[in-house]
Amino acid sequence: MDAAFFRAWLAEAGTVIEAQRDHLTQLDAAIGDADHGINLARGFTAIAAALDQAATPTPGSVLILAGSTLISKVGGASGPLYGMALRSAGKSLGSSADASLENLAASLEAALAGVQKLGAAREGEKTMVDALAPAVAALQKAISEGASTAAALSAAAAAAADGAQATVSMQALKGRASYLGPRSVGHEDPGAASTALIMGALRDVAQLHAP
Amino acid sequence: MKKLINSPDSVVTDALAGVAAAHPSLSVDIANKVITRAGGPVSGKVGLVSGGGSGHEPLHGGFVGYGMLDAACPGEVFTSPVPDQMLAATKAVDGGAGVLHIVKNYTGDVLNFQLAAELASDDGIEVVPVVVNDDVAVQDSLYTAGRRGVGATIFVEKIAGALAERGAALGEVAGIASEVNQRSRSFGVALTSCTVPAAGKPTFDLGDTEIELGIGIHGEPGRHRGALAPVRDIAAVALDAIHADLPLTGDVLVMVNGMGGTPLIELYVAYNEVHQYITGKGARITRNLVGNYITSLEMQGFSVTVCQLTDTLTDLWDAPVDTPALRWGR
Repeated sequence: MDAAFFRAWLAEAGTVIEAQRDHLTQLDAAIGDADHGINLARGFTAIAAALDQAATPTPGSVLILAGSTLISKVGGASGPLYGMALRSAGKSLGSSADASLENLAASLEAALAGVQKLGAAREGEKTMVDALAPAVAALQKAISEGASTAAALSAAAAAAADGAQATVSMQALKGRASYLGPRSVGHEDPGAASTALIMGALRDVAQLHAP
Repeated sequence: MKKLINSPDSVVTDALAGVAAAHPSLSVDIANKVITRAGGPVSGKVGLVSGGGSGHEPLHGGFVGYGMLDAACPGEVFTSPVPDQMLAATKAVDGGAGVLHIVKNYTGDVLNFQLAAELASDDGIEVVPVVVNDDVAVQDSLYTAGRRGVGATIFVEKIAGALAERGAALGEVAGIASEVNQRSRSFGVALTSCTVPAAGKPTFDLGDTEIELGIGIHGEPGRHRGALAPVRDIAAVALDAIHADLPLTGDVLVMVNGMGGTPLIELYVAYNEVHQYITGKGARITRNLVGNYITSLEMQGFSVTVCQLTDTLTDLWDAPVDTPALRWGR
């Protein structure tokens, strides 16, 4: 997977986030302040503009630029957390012009580690970690079983989606939703939902580009 | 959605242009979204920077000026500002004596200010953050993101600002900011939700006879839903929660703050109840504020903030201040 693949992933993620913007905002209205969809959509628009203007010859440079853009443009908790995720993933990919499936898995592991270090969330606290951690685990399992790139990323996306659904019954222990205490139960976490959408975009681009 | 705006996308920039036009004492960088004092940094004085989402006006831009903040960073509506803004503000107010970041305790604010402080440190500016977390409606525990920073932010900005204006060192200014935070508690109640311009509809629905108890400042649902009652009873719920956490005793500073959509006549009705409750506990309200200071767009509701005063804190509260939203002694 080359730089073009990663640019395509971020473009597809932007498209999906924009399409689901109101849904994500609704989720965030239930247990937050109704700005998650708006903020992420703005962030991915900024990523598209940044990638248009700068040369990003390697997968790592694509993700680092995207992450820095989110940190600079989004604000809220999503900017630093998603920004750190992409920056950490990008750094893990180094300066190589191509990323293997194993490299990609390692970069998503680095993304998860970056998010958990910055936000201090663990699984089960009703955050984006509840979609990202299962995705990383499913991806590693698929690779160890010899799956193709498309199949492995499909498994990762499914795990992320399942993880996001699983947040419905959790009580939020982090972020704005935690102020609601038990009232946060029964609602899907917006960060987990958007993470699942981003992993879905990765699966979709892989099916087109790297079967 | 019926708002006095041109378009949802331009609310923040249009408002900043309005602030710039209305207040020559401020320097408003609309492109970078940073508000500073027009005179530039004060050499040898600790610089005070705060910031947060737009939609809480006059917080924070309205508190930039002599005796209070040196800079404010407005983010998108209800969204914390970004590190670049905070770094630009930090550099703009650096008078060579270090900079205090006054950070309301929300994950976004904390993370973005943290990233900014690291960048500022790389540039050789000493930054000390003080986190404000006065809201008693949230349990401070492993099971939450901690207590929210609400009304006490104004007390911190005024009192720390006064001490900085007297030339105190960064450690002292941070110390008094922290002391004010520890001596203050708040509780808020909403009668309605509010509408974020980009969302186009209210964040949550409240029936005609329902209220939200234990709200924050971002239009999010509160801790409990309750029944509309006379403000005497609602004020008692708020003050019971405050008193249980920090006994109301001695001389206190009290703010009855409107959430933006509640008329002043109602805030005074509420203040009367608050005054009777607090004096009924044997405390004396020696200083007060009644009005819109930390709002949530057009939300109807109010919050109460109480600070246990000392002679020093009272003296600093009384010190001259000259900002768009608070002005006395000059």
